[in-house]
Amino acid sequence: MKLNRRSFVGAGVVAAASLSAPVVMGAARPRVVVIGGGAGGATAARYIAKGSKGAIDVTLIEPTRTYYTCFFSNLVLGGVRDFGSIGHTYGKLASDYGINVVHEWAIGVDRDAKTVTLASGSSLSYDRLILSPGIDFREGAVKGWDVTSQNKMPHAYKAGSQTQLLKAQIDAMPQGGTYAMIAPPNPFRCPPGPYERISMVAHTLKRHNPTAKILIIDPKPKFSKQGLFTDGWDRHYDGMIDIIGPDFGGADASVDPDAMTVTIDGEVTKVDVCNVIPAMKAGKIAEIAGVTNDKGWAPVNAHDMSSKMDENVHVLGDSSQQGDMPKSGFSANSQAKVCAMAVRGALTGSKVFPAKFSNTCWSLIEVDDGIKVGASYKATDAKIEKVSGFISKNGEDAGTRKATYEESVGWYNGITADMFG
Amino acid sequence: MRYSDVMKKIVIAATAILFSSTAFAEHTGVPTKGERVFRKCRSCHEVGEGAKYKVGPALNNLMGQQVGVLSGDKASKALRRAGELGMVWDLKTLEVFLRKPKALIPKTKMSFAGLKKHEDRANIIAYFSNLGAGEEAVKRDPRLSDEILALKGDVEYGEYLASGCTTCHQLDGSDQGLPSIIGWPTSIFATAMHAYKNKDRENPVMQQQAGALDNDEIAALAAFFSGVTK
Ligand SMILES: Cc1cc2nc3c(=O)[nH]c(=O)nc-3n(C[C@H](O)[C@H](O)[C@H](O)COP(=O)(O)OP(=O)(O)OC[C@H]3O[C@@H](n4cnc5c(N)ncnc54)[C@H](O)[C@@H]3O)c2cc1C
Repeated sequence: MKLNRRSFVGAGVVAAASLSAPVVMGAARPRVVVIGGGAGGATAARYIAKGSKGAIDVTLIEPTRTYYTCFFSNLVLGGVRDFGSIGHTYGKLASDYGINVVHEWAIGVDRDAKTVTLASGSSLSYDRLILSPGIDFREGAVKGWDVTSQNKMPHAYKAGSQTQLLKAQIDAMPQGGTYAMIAPPNPFRCPPGPYERISMVAHTLKRHNPTAKILIIDPKPKFSKQGLFTDGWDRHYDGMIDIIGPDFGGADASVDPDAMTVTIDGEVTKVDVCNVIPAMKAGKIAEIAGVTNDKGWAPVNAHDMSSKMDENVHVLGDSSQQGDMPKSGFSANSQAKVCAMAVRGALTGSKVFPAKFSNTCWSLIEVDDGIKVGASYKATDAKIEKVSGFISKNGEDAGTRKATYEESVGWYNGITADMFG
Repeated sequence: MRYSDVMKKIVIAATAILFSSTAFAEHTGVPTKGERVFRKCRSCHEVGEGAKYKVGPALNNLMGQQVGVLSGDKASKALRRAGELGMVWDLKTLEVFLRKPKALIPKTKMSFAGLKKHEDRANIIAYFSNLGAGEEAVKRDPRLSDEILALKGDVEYGEYLASGCTTCHQLDGSDQGLPSIIGWPTSIFATAMHAYKNKDRENPVMQQQAGALDNDEIAALAAFFSGVTK
């Protein structure tokens, strides 16, 4: 079966609206295929469908029926939020926006024929393709680890069953046991993510396993919001957390998932939980589509998020190499709106305004102790360029920190509504 | 019957009441003046910290609120029914209600004749909106000229720019953790944004957002959001 015709037409309003769209009158509607229903892809699909009022045929390809957000998954690990609260489904995108949601893997892209192949063998054609497949891990990045060992040593850097597994392992740690994290090298998704995770693991251990230890093995000499995190760790979790940086072998650790050991500088340490977050690259489908560079990321033009290798392909979020924005859900969502506007403009002639981007990353150090870092950005011919930014300060009063956390809850509700309708 | 149908009936019932959108676009009430107008309401309503139900409900979070919700158990049947049908307190409903409460909700228990002057209504709505904006009241920056506040925004541009706000603030006005920003009078919206831009208001996320906008862009956002209702 060829899926390039709409196999599903949404609400009658949508169909009716398409008749009144001048540009496509009498012709087949232009087609947009979006691969990946996460922060970038779901937002882009929704904004294109919403903005074009049915004039553009939008298909969203996403294998999972429930998307678990990585954002706030650390709070699940800490027991501050329950797992169900971070799961979201695609029903409204189909019913309220007329998006054709296809739950399958995309396995091939033919950029000359402008088609996408799905795992089932069907093929879809597109006028514009949007890729937002998130990240994959670099093979061989951590010696001794590969995806077959993610069951013993979870990454939990794609949320879902991995989050549940890591949480179960933390909760089952013996009293006084050791949780180790192999942190990733730059660039990676969510720069403060590993350190918020450390905070949340410490939060739960402090209550249930107060003599336990946390070991961060880090290839980087410094990390995002470091001063804020270490200040918070001193205040809340004194003596629980140790960091082994690159000067002490942090960049050259290997693991043995069967023996549950970590080896640093020849020294073997037995651990109870080992959270391995390997080096990352763009989601595999971006590589298959041939839009990635030798560093494994997909370079894009800042004005419209189009690939530098193909103007009919756009790459959003973590997979893209765009300049100064961190790889975050907020960034992916922000980029998606610029891309949606550009794609609508190209396909239906709607008005295109100058690109504006912004990002804020909130992190929770301990209950009611939230911090944030953010910036605004503009598009230049070379890249997405930072305009100005801000960061929380050490010594802020408890009220400010609590308000910062509450703000992050508002953001979570907002961004998930912005993605899924 | 849907909310819009209810509204239609109300409009017909209240005959000559100004429902043209331009009447609302020109809403440039001043909160401090509205505070003075509010004196007329004080025998029955409280606002501010610790405000409680008196003869009627405390009005701290009026804007964007479903009709009847603030009164809780004490809401009259008429009020509750209107709310259940989807009516919320926004520019349009308040404009009608404050002019003549029984024109909007014929069986309301509120025994108040209404504010006859459009200006009074605009000012008190500005005052209510400002209360809803949280503890930091919207201060009018002296550098902010009337011309800047009166700039007519491009709604289409505002809609695009608003996508930068809806990562956090929801278009349906739900306000868990963050204030609702829909249905504000344009002057209040613009004053608040300029206050962030000039760093008179403190939140760094908002300072950054507003800092990236020029006067026309703020006006565009104000124009777009003022027209959003639940
Ligand atoms: C622990 C942790 C905490 C985080 N906290 C925050 C935070 O607080 N704030 C924040 O802004 N960001 C946070 N992030 C980062 C954020 O999750 C990512 O940056 C964001 O999800 C990137 O969006 P994306 O669209 O690029 O990818 P994703 O959201 O990962 O979406 C990619 C989607 O593509 C699908 N996909 C992949 N390949 C294919 C294929 N071949 N065919 C079809 N579908 C495919 C996947 O199933 C997936 O659903 C956090 C990340 C982690 C790991």
